[in-house]
Amino acid sequence: MADATELAPPTVRRSWWTRLPVVSQLRQSIGLQRGMLIAGLVLAAIFVLAAVFAPLLAPYGYSQLRDAAGTFGAQQPPSAEHLLGTTVGGYDVLSRVIWGSRTALLVIVVAVTASILVGVLLGLISGYFGGWLDRVLVMIADAIYAFPSLLLAIVLAIVISGGQSSMWGGIFAAALSITVIFIPQYLRVTRSEVIRIKSEAFVESARVIGAGHVRIMSRHVLRNSTRTLPLILTLNASEAILTLAGLGFLGFGIEPTAAAEWGYDLNKSLSDVTAGIWWTSIFPGLAIVLVVLGLTLVGESLNDLADPRLRKRAAGPEPVEDLGVELPAGQQEGEQR
Amino acid sequence: MTTTVEQPAPETTSKGGGSLGRYIAVRALLIIPTVFILVTTVFVLMRTTGDPITASQGGRLPPEQLAERIHAAGYDRPILVQYWDYLTGILHGDFGTTLSDHRPVTEVLTTFGTATLELAIYALIVAFLLGIPLGRLAAFHRDKAPDAVLRVLAILAYATPVFFAGLMLKLVFSVWLNVLPVAGRASTRTELTLQKVDNPTGIYLVDALRTGDPAVIGDVLTHAVLPALTLGLLTAGVFLRLVRTNVISTFGAGYVEAARSRGVAERRLLRKHAYKPALIPIVTVIGLQIALLLGGAVLTETTFEWKGLGFQLAQYLQARDFVAVQGIVAVLAVIVAVTNFIVDIIAALIDPRVRY
Repeated sequence: MADATELAPPTVRRSWWTRLPVVSQLRQSIGLQRGMLIAGLVLAAIFVLAAVFAPLLAPYGYSQLRDAAGTFGAQQPPSAEHLLGTTVGGYDVLSRVIWGSRTALLVIVVAVTASILVGVLLGLISGYFGGWLDRVLVMIADAIYAFPSLLLAIVLAIVISGGQSSMWGGIFAAALSITVIFIPQYLRVTRSEVIRIKSEAFVESARVIGAGHVRIMSRHVLRNSTRTLPLILTLNASEAILTLAGLGFLGFGIEPTAAAEWGYDLNKSLSDVTAGIWWTSIFPGLAIVLVVLGLTLVGESLNDLADPRLRKRAAGPEPVEDLGVELPAGQQEGEQR
Repeated sequence: MTTTVEQPAPETTSKGGGSLGRYIAVRALLIIPTVFILVTTVFVLMRTTGDPITASQGGRLPPEQLAERIHAAGYDRPILVQYWDYLTGILHGDFGTTLSDHRPVTEVLTTFGTATLELAIYALIVAFLLGIPLGRLAAFHRDKAPDAVLRVLAILAYATPVFFAGLMLKLVFSVWLNVLPVAGRASTRTELTLQKVDNPTGIYLVDALRTGDPAVIGDVLTHAVLPALTLGLLTAGVFLRLVRTNVISTFGAGYVEAARSRGVAERRLLRKHAYKPALIPIVTVIGLQIALLLGGAVLTETTFEWKGLGFQLAQYLQARDFVAVQGIVAVLAVIVAVTNFIVDIIAALIDPRVRY
């Protein structure tokens, strides 16, 4: 997966921001891949902005049922006062869609941070020390990984919040149930990287000098084994949103008075659809689709750019493999799931 | 997300026939710890919240009655004793009895499992019919317009939550166009006819075919279209991307290159050389799709009131019947482990490189 630019003869040292994960890939990409990456980044940016500025953007509060002119009324079609109509519970659809992005973002942040911390740590220990601990951890990770993640999330949501909860309770319940599903993925990826790096000369040298396990792990191994993380991160962020929405749809979301959540709104719109009321389901659903689409596009593009066989080059004919050069592909494959 | 072709492992054993038997044996033994880990995880998680009776009845019963019920069900015994009971029960095929309607979980499984199985088979058919040819098409036109369109569609199929896709299909085909039924597995009249079939299989299409009545068969099929599409599209997207990546990989492989240099036409290269080897990894990946399919089935069944295991699970969740939830999840764990085993064996039969 060696960076094409790194293989090139040393040039002027690039400024720090062009070496940032996403920025460097953006510069490296061309054509369709660049289009996909940019489209994904734009969608993701809109999502984050909506989440941050929700109080300014949303015309009403997420649990607001009335204003100066009286109650909103239930299932009102889109109008000047309610651009996207109102729900069966009498909430403003547009406001709940915007506030919902905030809930989704918080869940992503909590879930991804927690699973990276735990998953990378376990992967590091598992890969570095090996032995029976490694085997047990990998077996547990495999068992959890093969199981339907939504079902596991349901069980965890019951455990953490007893099913229904406040805003932070609900966010943590959703985020932590997603965390447990993600830990195996981070564990496996980090572990395989660590195993690869462990046998390299510089680790050996550090050991010869007399560095301790902790120092070798943190300074030499960890820093070199995180290159695939941005990729899994984007893919997991989109999975987090889908799991959160699935939980909400099955009635394990966050109560409407505590926060806005897209899956919950879709669950409530089930009977609306049969009655031909479309505005309560289409908009929260589209919000999910667009955010997941954006994050997935970013992830997919990063994946393609990381894989030399899928990457398109800016100039010249088809890449390395046509020269008959064997690529060091073995370790990379299968690990990215 | 993208899975590429597995690299051929260096030949380690030269025993030939014997290694397959050994592989199957090792793989079969691995089911035990997998199921054990999952069942234990579910048990520990469910019981850290307290006992199921308080969870379902807490607040609704006076404390004395609650304590009495807890005692009667044995939930006041030491947790390890309960765990042992639970494990031995599972070994005897007893996954517990639901609290809300006092049915053994295994009975729930046999009653509703067939509906889920039927839905999963339909969905897999849709996924194969759409995913594989389209993936092949995308790979052949790599980086051209058809590829771009198909890739975006595949990502969309992944990005759309199944229940939202279901809702939209319902809105368009059942409400606006009014050509397909809104929900359920069959209309009431058909359900009644199907109940009269002796020894019903529970798979409605099979039972309907046995009645021989075209109206009944048609009714069952029209009810299946939207749920099958909903769940199938999700999986089709995964297949499409997989086939695409793998065909692209095999297209660049040495033996295809050799054929190309001999002047074999591109279309023929695709059809005769690159396509079939690219399908092998898909068999392996189907194992992972089972989990996706089951999770998706819970949501699809809820959306379409398709009375299968997933629908039933959602009902028990709403009733806060956590014994039933624990039982169904444990049963599903066994199913997932066993299907993965079968898929791995099939993969090993097709592709000798998988065996170790």
